[in-house]
Amino acid sequence: MTTADLIGKIVQLVAGIAVFAAVVGLILFFIDRAPKRGRDVLQLLAFLLPALILLGIGLVYPAIRTAIAAFANSAGEFVGFDNFVWMFTQPEALLTLRNTVIWVILVPTISTIIGLAYANFIDRSRGEKIYKSLIFMPFAISFVGAGIIWKFVYEYRPASRDQIGLLNQILVWFGQDPVLWLQTPPVNTLLLIVVMIWVQTGFAVVVLSAAIKGIPTEQLEAADLDGTNGWQKFTNVTLPGIRGALVVVVTTISIATLKVFDIVRTMTGGNFETSVVANEMYTQAFRALEPGRGSALALILFVLVLPIVIYNIRVLRKQREIR
Amino acid sequence: MSSIRHRRWIGPIAAAAAIGITLTGCTGDQAAQESANVDCGPYSDYGTFDSGTEVSIYGTISDVEADRLNESWADFESCTGIDVKYEPSKEFETQINVRAQGGNPPNLAIFPQPGLLAAQANAGYIKPAPDAVAANAKKFWSEDWQKYGTVDGTVYGAPLMASVKGYVWYSPSMFSDNGWEVPTTLDELLSLTEDIQKSGAVDKPWCVGFASGDATGWPGTDWVEDFVLRQQGPDVYDQWVTNEVKFTDPKIREAFDSVGDYIRNPDFVNGGLGDVNSIATTEFGDAGLPILDGTCALHHQATFYEGFWPEGTTVAPDGDVWAFLLPGTEAGANAVTGGGEIVGAYSDAPEVVALQTYLSSDTWANIRVKLGGVISANNGLDPENASSDLLKNAVGILQDPNTTFRFDASDLMPGAVGAGSFWKGMVDWIGGKSTDDTTTFIQDSWPQ
Amino acid sequence: MTYTPIEVPVDAETSRELQRGYNKDGTKAVRVKKRLTSRTATIVSLLIAIIWVIPTFGLFISSFRPEELIKTTGWWTIFQNPGFTFDNYTEVLFSSSASSPQLGAYFMNSIAITIPVVVFATVLAAMAAYALAWIPFKGAAWIFIGIFALQIVPLQMALIPLLQMFTTFLLPIQKAIHDAIPIIPEQSYIQVWIAHTIFGLPLAIFLLHNFISEIPGELIEAARVDGANHGQIFLRIILPLSVPILASFAIFQFLWVWNDLLVALVFSGGTPDVAPLTQRLAELTGNRGQEWQRLTASAFISLVVPLIVFFSLQRYFVRGLLAGATKG
Repeated sequence: MTTADLIGKIVQLVAGIAVFAAVVGLILFFIDRAPKRGRDVLQLLAFLLPALILLGIGLVYPAIRTAIAAFANSAGEFVGFDNFVWMFTQPEALLTLRNTVIWVILVPTISTIIGLAYANFIDRSRGEKIYKSLIFMPFAISFVGAGIIWKFVYEYRPASRDQIGLLNQILVWFGQDPVLWLQTPPVNTLLLIVVMIWVQTGFAVVVLSAAIKGIPTEQLEAADLDGTNGWQKFTNVTLPGIRGALVVVVTTISIATLKVFDIVRTMTGGNFETSVVANEMYTQAFRALEPGRGSALALILFVLVLPIVIYNIRVLRKQREIR
Repeated sequence: MSSIRHRRWIGPIAAAAAIGITLTGCTGDQAAQESANVDCGPYSDYGTFDSGTEVSIYGTISDVEADRLNESWADFESCTGIDVKYEPSKEFETQINVRAQGGNPPNLAIFPQPGLLAAQANAGYIKPAPDAVAANAKKFWSEDWQKYGTVDGTVYGAPLMASVKGYVWYSPSMFSDNGWEVPTTLDELLSLTEDIQKSGAVDKPWCVGFASGDATGWPGTDWVEDFVLRQQGPDVYDQWVTNEVKFTDPKIREAFDSVGDYIRNPDFVNGGLGDVNSIATTEFGDAGLPILDGTCALHHQATFYEGFWPEGTTVAPDGDVWAFLLPGTEAGANAVTGGGEIVGAYSDAPEVVALQTYLSSDTWANIRVKLGGVISANNGLDPENASSDLLKNAVGILQDPNTTFRFDASDLMPGAVGAGSFWKGMVDWIGGKSTDDTTTFIQDSWPQ
Repeated sequence: MTYTPIEVPVDAETSRELQRGYNKDGTKAVRVKKRLTSRTATIVSLLIAIIWVIPTFGLFISSFRPEELIKTTGWWTIFQNPGFTFDNYTEVLFSSSASSPQLGAYFMNSIAITIPVVVFATVLAAMAAYALAWIPFKGAAWIFIGIFALQIVPLQMALIPLLQMFTTFLLPIQKAIHDAIPIIPEQSYIQVWIAHTIFGLPLAIFLLHNFISEIPGELIEAARVDGANHGQIFLRIILPLSVPILASFAIFQFLWVWNDLLVALVFSGGTPDVAPLTQRLAELTGNRGQEWQRLTASAFISLVVPLIVFFSLQRYFVRGLLAGATKG
């Protein structure tokens, strides 16, 4: 990298932020001085529009296009529900759907349970910070990096040679034969799910631990005075106190799981019955040049996430009513 | 990509030098250009351009190979003033579609599969080849090869490099120690395999590996292709490529089963690597290495596998390893499968045409082959420039007018099959799925 | 900070915090009790922590082992098969095929992509979240719900339309900037910035809204009575009070952008001018199967910065992301 390149990059970095700050500053400055009449509307627009415009071009428009494309073939002709028929008849595509359902059931549940237990256990213990950091670390690693790390754990060598993958070594220590983990369905899907859980649990711990700390101490003390045991205290005081945080955690992890792509791609490439919808969508749209099929899969993904969205909307409504 | 940065400052200097040379009317006088040390004679036809003229080129070739590619056009750059920006990507096959559809394609793309080029041509993204490129394609390549850059009668590009598939790697010393002979027919190959297995000299006769990231399974498609071409001949092979002969056809199933006789037979695989299942997980790059350990005797892989042997391994008829071409049903058969790249253009700007023309020339082929590691099917290539005995042998095969050359079938099939279900099918097949089920699965995925 | 109302919730917060602090160091009785009930808990926690760390630890050890040893023996046999080398790192950082150390440029790109995106997404999302929470208008709930639902639009599907728009509208602007200020290359960060900002917004608005809508309404009412308008309320009340959630979200956004490969692949053009570290590392991993010696070292280089960011900002997590945690 030459010095000129470096300067160019720094200039861009600084200029980018400066321009952005100037624009936002100007907007806020002018809405203060907007005429009284219609000021509220102007202010609303000033706050909301930048984000809405970006979302409109970057997500809403593509979403609409995708919805339309789902009913077209690779040449762009309208084919009705052919792509969906393909999806629900081709055994491979069905497998993809099945796997996605397994993922989205297991990952949020297990991550949240482990995260909750862990957050509860380490709460106010010595070394809490270190505990939290250790489990959060995977969340800071890219999915590609996580894929590499776990592929190394699952690595297979024939029984005649030394194992370099830890999981197979453990089998060997117990006198078993090493297994081709990633190539053996259905266990391989579970092993990929383990990677996702490994990544997401840190997120659950951090959020839930913060929530647990938000529970008023008086409530916990009151529970202590009532002579409740640890489990009762947990179910009667802690759980209700962190319901909101639980919703956030489960929602975020579920959505991340539905979109999971990199892990499958780096570890098995979707082979060996491990493909999930997000991976198949990419493969169909860009490698097989069947954007219609890819789009149909994307729509399915949307349908799968609808229950989560609806649940969140209901929680939201309730909150508004309280207020 | 590595030398792009380097070239950024060399570029202008070299370009200035080149312009100076042009001004003095020098056309290849070595003494006059000692400072630049570049013989610009061969490049005079391509013209000169303002310094800072850039041509972007996108491909799958990465790492050391990418460095050699950059080296191969360094003189061209300094003589013409064009700055060639090569960008390698492992995601080429998907990204080229994304970029073309997004309206932001590279100037040139090196397509590793003719099917990909055809799809881009049909979609109207790439431009028909300029006259100079079309002329070069006609002049330097056999008809078999020209076909791969041609879509519906229009030439879109000329081939670049080539590889010959279907070699079987072995250890000459292991063969002579055990009294094994290089087979000349497929039947001999089978009996040789049985002999090796019975002798117990190695763990298992064959070592095979299918793993290759998200392209896992492709080495298996090479096996099947080699057997289809050799057992059924080029006509069936061509029909198979266009799906006139279906995967479920008994002829294709026969090829699958013949391959299965070797690589699905627990007595024959997987030398030094495990059981049949280990094929799916063994990296194709590691799969031949047990030959050096003496735990495996035979490994099926293309010429490029030469680069995969550890440093210090001699590849020669009397060296550590050597390879013979997978024999045909009869001795002296001359059909081979292989691979190669085709260069397609998304722009017809003069500088892009200049580079595209240069890449289709014999000048480029000789320069690139001399740098080592690869060959080209370019007829203007001097076989002596090939960097190894094996490559010289391969160039000889490619240039032999009697050779029937067929492009890797999976590369010619629609992406959904050739870069999808065929690979996947091979992996499932090696995992125990029956030939009937596997071929039905692949056939079902053929786009209607 | 001249607004007195601010002090009110902070006071409540701090007093609660303080109380908690006392409990932490608390009376002996409390501490003994804690220890007694948590013996099993301690063991379980320890076990989870160890399981979580081992995979990374193994890779870390391996990254310092010579290629031959990585490929033939397990990292846990390090004492039987000793071997230590920096070669893997030198190979990745100063790749033999490179004429100069390559990773520096890409590293800088990662930074120059990530930091602005974090700023853009956080500020825009905070503004939108404030409007949705505190500027009453018809349809606010529906817009919020719509934005929330956008989280599921798969990135892969948005790439091509976005790229088309960028090519049509943004590329000429980039060219103009390059012509005016030659030091800024034609391939600049603008595309990557915008793409990442868009993709980060739905979750950002969702998280920030949850927090901002929990801010006591009396505060905002009081400010309105004092004659403050939305701009002032946003700057003087909302932003200062939202620091924990802003920081929390910023960390997440940082991690996502830093670790992203897909967006970079499409919008960076892959040149050393723009491409981030992840993209370069993906190319470096070699096309000859599993080059464990490269992969191990690469994986570690790429995760150093996110870890530093997390560890230096993690204290905000304690108070951040509390949104909707106490009520709800």
